[in-house]
Amino acid sequence: MSFQVMLQQLTTGFGSTLVIFFLTLLFSLPLGMVVYFGRVSRFKPLSWIVKAYISIMRGTPLMLQLLLWYFGPFYLWGMNIGGYKFTAIILGCSLNYAAYFAEIYRSGIESIPSGQYEAAQLLGYNKSQTFFKIVLPQVVKIVLPSVTNEVITLVKDTSLVYSVSYIEMFALAKQIAAAQTTVLPFVIAGVFYYIFNFVVAWVMEWFEKKMNYYH
Amino acid sequence: MSTNLLEMNHIKKQFDGLQVLKDVSIHVEEGEVLSIIGPSGSGKSTLLRCATLLTRIDGGEISYMGKKAIWTENDRVCMPPKNEIKEIQSCFGLVFQNFNLFPHFTVMKNITDAPIHVQKRNKAEVYKEARELLAKMGLSDKEDAYPYQLSGGQCQRVAIARALALNPKILFFDEPTSALDPELTGEVLRVIRSLADLHITMVIVTHEMNFARDISDRVIFMDQGVIAVEGTPTEVFSSSNARMKEFLGKFHQGEE
Repeated sequence: MSFQVMLQQLTTGFGSTLVIFFLTLLFSLPLGMVVYFGRVSRFKPLSWIVKAYISIMRGTPLMLQLLLWYFGPFYLWGMNIGGYKFTAIILGCSLNYAAYFAEIYRSGIESIPSGQYEAAQLLGYNKSQTFFKIVLPQVVKIVLPSVTNEVITLVKDTSLVYSVSYIEMFALAKQIAAAQTTVLPFVIAGVFYYIFNFVVAWVMEWFEKKMNYYH
Repeated sequence: MSTNLLEMNHIKKQFDGLQVLKDVSIHVEEGEVLSIIGPSGSGKSTLLRCATLLTRIDGGEISYMGKKAIWTENDRVCMPPKNEIKEIQSCFGLVFQNFNLFPHFTVMKNITDAPIHVQKRNKAEVYKEARELLAKMGLSDKEDAYPYQLSGGQCQRVAIARALALNPKILFFDEPTSALDPELTGEVLRVIRSLADLHITMVIVTHEMNFARDISDRVIFMDQGVIAVEGTPTEVFSSSNARMKEFLGKFHQGEE
């Protein structure tokens, strides 16, 4: 197999990697906020359930979670999981990352001084105005570096879907390497991951700079 | 007879078993400037936080212009429905010790955002008023600055403008100069003095004794959760109350 063919195949695989990456972000970033609200809910049973959820998501390997999400429905209810693999992957990744994002949001929200809430209350802002106008914009600035970290980890974590035999760049690299007895596909895949993370870091840095209009 | 803008009767408040306010009653008339002085821990700030509904009272009753804002019945704290609270809240403003400006808003937005989005007032009109307020505060050139670019004194003046922009009937100050050095204190006190000249109703918790004496119609000296002395500045500052004398004695020592 020529280098060019290899590159071509891995580029196609990289497309699948990107799809998993963007869909996971799309779902987990807002879902993390929902999880956060559950976590700090005054309704104790809900807060306990969400705490347990976060604990499990963070305390077990993502690869294991993916296997459970994919094979679970079959072993439990005999569900036909033929066309379900992609859904299971997005579900597994999103739920896992939402738990991490929820904790990042929590750290950000809790670092907003109580004086900001008090000032907002005195000025007559209602709860949702206070959250969206006063708290959230400040939280975004605070959590940006932590979110960047998590996003970069996600880029690399997309490779874990090979465990359920989903064909994306990493799975392809493994296949080609085994068939052609060469490490070249791994090197190429590594370069892809690296460049992509470089871009991610650059974009996030740009965001951080944009948020630097105040201290 | 002038009406009482604010009435606080038999206010009690405790934190973790410590009785911070023990049956305190105050009233504020329209156009009046009331200063509350006293040693740290005497309950001055707690009283202000209770008045502004930031802290919930344990006992007593607070009303603004005859409308009850919070009261207790058989040891249960009661408040009127939400829309009534909103209405009551709109008649007072508070200037904090540490300003609590919104760091991500410009000076202009800090002042205008609530009038526009809470009171739903006309934008052009609000901006015009805000510019007038800024001019009064000597901050006309700071419209587009962010709080981090301002000195503490400037921040506090913006905070005063922000509170005034909502046209409150009564303005509370919680140690407005305690976070400032003497030089910056002067500029903030000058602004508050100018408000007193306009007969804006104010309740000021302060450690600035000379200021309190000059500016106030009435002074309250609080000690250990009760009002120890109350009266005109002359009455209070020449009071024979032992705690008051001790407190003022310490103050004069520090002044030298």
